[in-house]
Amino acid sequence: MNDRNHSTVSAAANSTASQHSKPGKGMFDPALIKPAIIDSFRKLSPRTQWRNPVMFVVYVGSILTSALWLQALAGKGEAAPGFILAIALWLWFTVLFANFAEALAEGRSKAQAASLRSAKKNVVAKKLSGPRRDAGVTIVDGHSLKKGDIVLVEAGDVIPVDGEVIDGVASVDESAITGESAPVIRESGGDFSSVTGGTRVLSDWIVVKITANPGETFLDRMIAMVEGAKRQKTPNEIALTILLVALTIVFLIVTVTLLPYSLFSVDAAKAGSPISITTLVALLVCLIPTTIGGLLSAIGVAGMSRMMGANVIATSGRAVEAAGDVDVLLLDKTGTITLGNRQASQFVPAPGISEQQLADAAQLASLADETPEGRSIVVLAKQKFALRERELASHEATFIPFTAQTRMSGIDYDGRQIRKGAIDAIRRHIAEQGGIFPDALSKSADEVARRGSTPLLVAEGNRALGVIELKDIVKGGIKERFAELRQMGIKTIMITGDNPLTAAAIAAEAGVDDFLAEATPEAKLKLIRSHQAEGKLVAMTGDGTNDAPALAQADVAVAMNTGTQAAKEAGNMVDLDSNPTKLIEIVEIGKQMLMTRGSLTTFSIANDVAKYFAIIPAAFASTYPQLNALNVMGLNSPASAIMSAVVFNALIIVVLIPLALKGVKYHARSAAELLRGNLLIYGLGGLLLPFAGIKLIDMLLGSLGLV
Amino acid sequence: MSTPAILQLGLFLLVLLALAWPLSSWITRIMQGENPGPLRLLAPLEKLLYRLAGIRQDEEMGWKSYAVSLLVFNLLGVLAVYGLQRLQGALPFNPQAMAAVAPDSSFNTAISFVTNTNWQGYGGETTMSYLTQMLGLTVQNFLSAATGAAVVIALIRGFARHSSARIGNFWVDVTRFTAYILLPLSLVFALALTQQGVIQNLLPYQTAHTVEVTHFQQPKLDAKGNPVNGKDGKPVMLDSQTQQQTLPMGPVASQEAIKMLGTNGGGFFNANSAHPFENPTPLSNFLQDLAIFLIPAALCFVFGRMVGDRRQGWAILAAMLVMFATAVVVETSAEQAGVPQLSAMGVDQQASSLQSGGNMEGKESRFGIIDTALFTVVTTSASCGAVTAMHDSLTPIGGLVPTFLMQLGEVVFGGVGSGLYGMLVFAILAVFIAGLMVGRTPEYLGKKIETYEMKMTAITILVTPILVLVLTAIAVSVDAGKAGIANPGAHGFSEILYAFTSAANNNGSAFAGLSANTPFYNIMTGIAMFFGRFLMIVPILAIAGSLSAKKRLAVNSGTLPTHGPLFVVLLIGTVLLVGALNYVPALALGPVVEQLQMVSGH
Repeated sequence: MNDRNHSTVSAAANSTASQHSKPGKGMFDPALIKPAIIDSFRKLSPRTQWRNPVMFVVYVGSILTSALWLQALAGKGEAAPGFILAIALWLWFTVLFANFAEALAEGRSKAQAASLRSAKKNVVAKKLSGPRRDAGVTIVDGHSLKKGDIVLVEAGDVIPVDGEVIDGVASVDESAITGESAPVIRESGGDFSSVTGGTRVLSDWIVVKITANPGETFLDRMIAMVEGAKRQKTPNEIALTILLVALTIVFLIVTVTLLPYSLFSVDAAKAGSPISITTLVALLVCLIPTTIGGLLSAIGVAGMSRMMGANVIATSGRAVEAAGDVDVLLLDKTGTITLGNRQASQFVPAPGISEQQLADAAQLASLADETPEGRSIVVLAKQKFALRERELASHEATFIPFTAQTRMSGIDYDGRQIRKGAIDAIRRHIAEQGGIFPDALSKSADEVARRGSTPLLVAEGNRALGVIELKDIVKGGIKERFAELRQMGIKTIMITGDNPLTAAAIAAEAGVDDFLAEATPEAKLKLIRSHQAEGKLVAMTGDGTNDAPALAQADVAVAMNTGTQAAKEAGNMVDLDSNPTKLIEIVEIGKQMLMTRGSLTTFSIANDVAKYFAIIPAAFASTYPQLNALNVMGLNSPASAIMSAVVFNALIIVVLIPLALKGVKYHARSAAELLRGNLLIYGLGGLLLPFAGIKLIDMLLGSLGLV
Repeated sequence: MSTPAILQLGLFLLVLLALAWPLSSWITRIMQGENPGPLRLLAPLEKLLYRLAGIRQDEEMGWKSYAVSLLVFNLLGVLAVYGLQRLQGALPFNPQAMAAVAPDSSFNTAISFVTNTNWQGYGGETTMSYLTQMLGLTVQNFLSAATGAAVVIALIRGFARHSSARIGNFWVDVTRFTAYILLPLSLVFALALTQQGVIQNLLPYQTAHTVEVTHFQQPKLDAKGNPVNGKDGKPVMLDSQTQQQTLPMGPVASQEAIKMLGTNGGGFFNANSAHPFENPTPLSNFLQDLAIFLIPAALCFVFGRMVGDRRQGWAILAAMLVMFATAVVVETSAEQAGVPQLSAMGVDQQASSLQSGGNMEGKESRFGIIDTALFTVVTTSASCGAVTAMHDSLTPIGGLVPTFLMQLGEVVFGGVGSGLYGMLVFAILAVFIAGLMVGRTPEYLGKKIETYEMKMTAITILVTPILVLVLTAIAVSVDAGKAGIANPGAHGFSEILYAFTSAANNNGSAFAGLSANTPFYNIMTGIAMFFGRFLMIVPILAIAGSLSAKKRLAVNSGTLPTHGPLFVVLLIGTVLLVGALNYVPALALGPVVEQLQMVSGH
């Protein structure tokens, strides 16, 4: 689809460079920490707390124990005021730590949004009175433009708002959005007609019809999304919250009923005193899943943020989740499986021309061509005929750069007019010069095309010299990548316009599971539907308007930022780098977010066992001294045991913030292996770690003489 | 655990699996609407029955109609059993002229038998007429088991089907399960039991002359039959002696068979399966163990067959087997170890060729420790609740095992249908958490587990702990509750906890120390049984309906495998963790303290 100007698009496709801030870097950047600390206090308002049911229980517990402390100060307390105060303070810390995690994640997102916003400068626009270049021009403020307005953008101008090119052709610098410096061609009609506000026209001119109202532009929506202003809980997050609320209710019942049980036991054993409210609140807070409850929202924000770090804007958290579920990846051959830049592999001369003649002309035409393809031609000429790069300064040489209109490049060298370009462009060029295009050459060009390679024609004056075969090069390491995906249970399907024979050859070389040759948009749509009917989730990338139906049908649809507005609207993610390989990364980010959620939930629940061992003997040993046998950690005293459990419970949130933001380590392995690994670390680890942690805190409290 | 105990456990499991496998094939065919072999002859009769009842056999229901039909059917069952008890004095088959049962006791018993709990606050041979036993209790033994089976079959259909809003026809499911599975099995099993000596008659109670004279005390009665109190306020006791013994009779075998096969557990006599007329020999005891587990085990295989992947059924069964076998080992070891206090009093607790050793208090000498321990674990891991021994007299650990098995939610084999559907809910829960850990949104058997399923799962997981903990809290706080306690201290707490655990989880076994036939306990346990049953069933049917409507997703190496040892461990872990987190504090104040007290010599 983008073969027409593959040289520029593919240059962008191969870039993974990014100017946006990457996650992981500066996680505890002081610039982020300070506002996060302030925010964690600001989030203490009941309305904010209410949104997180698990932490709301801790919040109420903090208020309750604080009130009990005041009551104790007045001399009517159920326990020593110091003890109640310590518990109350640590419960407040628990709430604050959870707030901090969320604030930190949001702060990082906001920082990313700010870097995007810097691209959004106010510009003046040349508003046209009609859809023609020569219509009357009014200079207006960029913000005042509405949907449907027509503007003229000339070389050096910044495109004011998102729009559609309705006239003209221009090369556009989209680096503000994509971080990629190579310019792209924008022209009316077809797949390259959409332009984004904030990008700059480098050459030529275009007439643009504005497609977005102020505040609704693509950039505006992206910023809103990233800032989390529109963040809603994702479906899986809601389901998990339900589970956490259910656990909280159970533990509420467990602790509340413990009071009558305790009263009965004290009465029956005629010993000890009933459990105090402070201890019950402490037990409740330790049991309810505060670790995951406190970090859940931070994990979600961090997931979106990681997508952003990969220069992908997801239109919803739902899309990020779905990315983890993908079973089938539809990958465009060009740019994903093969290097977008093909490499010269052969010179096929026209009848009556020697191969060396062709190579010589081809080399000359490519000397100033800095594209990888151009360089590969020079390299091939050197390898085959030892043609060295010539010193051009001493000669009369003029480079003819590639333009959108001519679709050719070349050189005027000592009176020789050498041009290279696509077959139709060269054919037209020769016809214009009054020359005749030999049929044999058409045939060899077709042959090259049939092999899956791209024919590049070379002409001198009005004479066609021959064809350079530009061969598809399968990307290094891509085969291993597909093997990993297979391990993860993901099937890869190569989509190509090539004929089945060529497609099969490349598919075999790249190690994809399947391919769709001679792909039309309809065939693509059909393929997606058939996989979905088998109960599979399909991910794809696309950029053209004719990709839109397939993008809309796919479960995870990544539109290239270079693509049309229609494609972007149909997809649920936009890749700013327009890099089709990104799909694999997107899947990994989705999986990583889900894994982080699951692992921390498991960890949180498994923690409870140790807390029972700390608190139950402490709470009831005065009634039944035998229960001290359950104090397997050998904690100093009942007060110290309860205190240690509460402190551990609060600190573990802080300890896990980096994990929540970075995500658990992800390896491409089968589900069974992943589960075994994570169960061992977060399940068994979650079971054992608190025993050590609580014991350690207890020893510390004891040695400091605090309890 | 001694070698004979290990051998018996091994033999038991072997025979169980050998019988459950072919049965599962039969159940699958019946519940999928096939009429294999001789049933072709019965098909017209079945059709006629539906036509008379106005049921369209081929019309399947959505989950809501299924649930409504189920609730109406069971409520009618409650009314029928209640009515029979209240009116039995005026009805036939009452040779002992039993009077109407008290309203609160009738209410309790009606709910108890309809919910497959079979909690018994009454003593059968002194309360119920033969008609009530046969037409009320035995009929409900069949129907409550069939109800549970219908629910699990509907749930399995939810997994097996896709993009369909229907989960089956309740009336057809109940009819076919009763007629083609429970009835034939019961008939065969009843005959086997009578061969072993279980009675089956409608005779009046018999009087036998004993060889020895029995001396006993009984309260002095006034003209109206009320006990006369002495000056100290206690009843005046008179010394008496007799050489006569009344032997209760009745249609026992027919009720005994379905009592086990349907995991009901309600004994014909008060002593339940400890009574020689219900369970005369070690062989009959072994057969009863098998009968309890037979259908729950077979249903696991049915699950595998119906979802088209037999390994799935094996995985669920394996999780159950591991937990069951562990429980048997702990139980047997605890009872064989005996009680140190008894040794101190000079009681010989050593096993020898003459005695089984260990803690024999409350056990039948014809069964000994090994048979009793096996039966105790079988009856409480399944939601049967029949007893061969007095659970109140088990060692603290021996009592903790059955209590905890019930608190796990009766999912280790569990009741007919209810065990498997409970376990499948745990599987959904396990998959939900673990599924995330493999980096996919959770799915089980190709069905996505989403918000709606989690809501329903949350309800089913919340219901029983809330019932048990809150009702226990009320009972230990009010005088009416504390009045029933036979033993003070931690054991009294264990008794109440056991009672509500048994009722809310629809097991029905009793710790026996608690005097539960009081209006307070009749009503409270009635509430526990009713909601413990139907507040589980309705959300589970909702899950079935929701799953059935979903697409069935493809399985690949990226999806969480739910058939291997890893999943079995995960499932067991989930069941134990949820059970432990819910009940550890309560258990700590009951059986755990008791055990620690016993060890430390109190």
